[in-house]
Amino acid sequence: MAQGVWTIAEQRDGEIRKITYEIVSEGRRLADALGQEVTVILLGSNIKEKAAELGQYGADKVLVADDSRLEPYTTDAYVSVISELVKANDPQILILGGSVQGKDLAARLAARLDVGMAQDCTVFAIEDGNLVATRPIYAGKAYAKVTFENSLPQMAAARPKVMSINEPDVSRSAEVIDASFTLDDGDLKTKVVDVAKDESGKVDLTEADKIVSGGRGMKDPENYKILEELADLIGASVGASRAAVDAGWRPHSDQVGQTGKVVSPNLYVACGISGAIQHLAGMSTSKVIVAINKDEDAPIFQKADYGVVADLFDVVPALTEEIKKYL
Amino acid sequence: MNIIVCLKQVPDTESQIKIGSDGKSIVTDDIKWIMNPYDEFGVEEALRLKEKHGGEVTVVGLGPKRVTESLRTALAMGADKGILISDEALDGSDSLANAKAIAEAVKDLDYDLIFTGQRGMDDDLGLVGATIAELLGIPQLSLINKVEVAEDGKSVKVDRPIEGETLIIESTLPALITAQKGLNEPRYASLPGIMKAKKKPLEEKTLADLGLDSAEFGEGARKLKILELTSPPDRAAGKIVEGETPQEKAAELAKLLHDEAKVL
Repeated sequence: MAQGVWTIAEQRDGEIRKITYEIVSEGRRLADALGQEVTVILLGSNIKEKAAELGQYGADKVLVADDSRLEPYTTDAYVSVISELVKANDPQILILGGSVQGKDLAARLAARLDVGMAQDCTVFAIEDGNLVATRPIYAGKAYAKVTFENSLPQMAAARPKVMSINEPDVSRSAEVIDASFTLDDGDLKTKVVDVAKDESGKVDLTEADKIVSGGRGMKDPENYKILEELADLIGASVGASRAAVDAGWRPHSDQVGQTGKVVSPNLYVACGISGAIQHLAGMSTSKVIVAINKDEDAPIFQKADYGVVADLFDVVPALTEEIKKYL
Repeated sequence: MNIIVCLKQVPDTESQIKIGSDGKSIVTDDIKWIMNPYDEFGVEEALRLKEKHGGEVTVVGLGPKRVTESLRTALAMGADKGILISDEALDGSDSLANAKAIAEAVKDLDYDLIFTGQRGMDDDLGLVGATIAELLGIPQLSLINKVEVAEDGKSVKVDRPIEGETLIIESTLPALITAQKGLNEPRYASLPGIMKAKKKPLEEKTLADLGLDSAEFGEGARKLKILELTSPPDRAAGKIVEGETPQEKAAELAKLLHDEAKVL
């Protein structure tokens, strides 16, 4: 019988990514509810020394797949190795992180294993011994509660920054196991030939702790300077509404909303954004939402924890100065 | 260079989503259906590649008869022919089943590249592209915002933005690419294009035509089962920050963010 909660670690350049701690912690909670063990699969090159530490977040075992062809991530190589390990060990639950890499991996892996797959989940629970996941659909305009039928492992990916990370328990350590797997060069059809780092040096919106976002009310791309000043001060990334991106003021990668990025920061400051339904869909899981808009009827105020009805060109620079007093 | 583009219809992004009385589906009465915007990027990219490298673009749609409209739109934009996979037994199918029907419909076609949208703006799962690629045994390149096909037509180089960086990936062909926003700006169909589209071949196929067993499709065959749909959790009503002047409001907001929300 299928047994165990498995999670797949994500590393980049040999460093464990934060999403890994989120899903290992969540995996621990699910495993406790089932009375089962948590196993993490860690793939990469010379990555073994990072394995034991995952025990502090709740892993019982870490299966390490070490091979130069597993650094960097490619869909072909990762799916080949992970599907082999999953088939050999028959876990009940398989949880991935819903990063760009994790979603790509999850989709192909589910197809290889011929199982159902729930992407971008915000809540996991165990009901009657089975995984039940809740996930936003229609970009958050509705939520679906889903489960699995004739489909093992029960497979899902967690939306980044939603699952809480366990306080590391330094007395805990995971058993580290060298995974045995085969990797055929003939199966590897894609290759990462170059990596272009983002010049901004800013944290990606999907991973940002704080976001300052500007919409049509910014009026001109030059005016984003005042948002950047505020963002720099509080360590935020700068986002934009579809209107601002479509106007060519900001790059596509900055767009928050249904056709852009879905974000869940601790603080989201919406400046000159009216709150079109497709924008709200992309940021409504933010923990604290601030809206600054001179139109008191703007729909964004219905979602905001703190609303400021005033001209953003007066408020934002003043806010930057006021916040300096607290830092 | 022959290219296949897969497309579906989704509710217009401005649509309100209401949950039906069964608690498991949405009310579709007032919904305006559009071509999934990510699929539209795929259609546009296929047309640009055809303009550069020659060949043929085939658009494949899956869903109810209304999907014909979106296939005609793609033909009017410049695609050469269309296939609609439509069968009542497909209603309620999950991504795995839908991908199986599409893979079956395209597997014997002559193709170098397949495009799908990176996800459908309905279920937001993003599984169909990868599943088609798996069933056809070809590599997938997902969330791509730049595509360059080699002069010899044997390989492709793509840009794949991930958190904080962009991977430049090379792949053999045939391959499947899932289109991300930023890939291109889709063209509008021209009037002559719309006229020409009416004469372009558009074939309709049922599951039986594809040699597939309808028992493996539909609600009953789902591996990812929907238990319940709910409205998004309501956010508690917020407060309007008080103050006579913008400066006073800014000061009050800073205080609230620091003392009450504790996010600074």
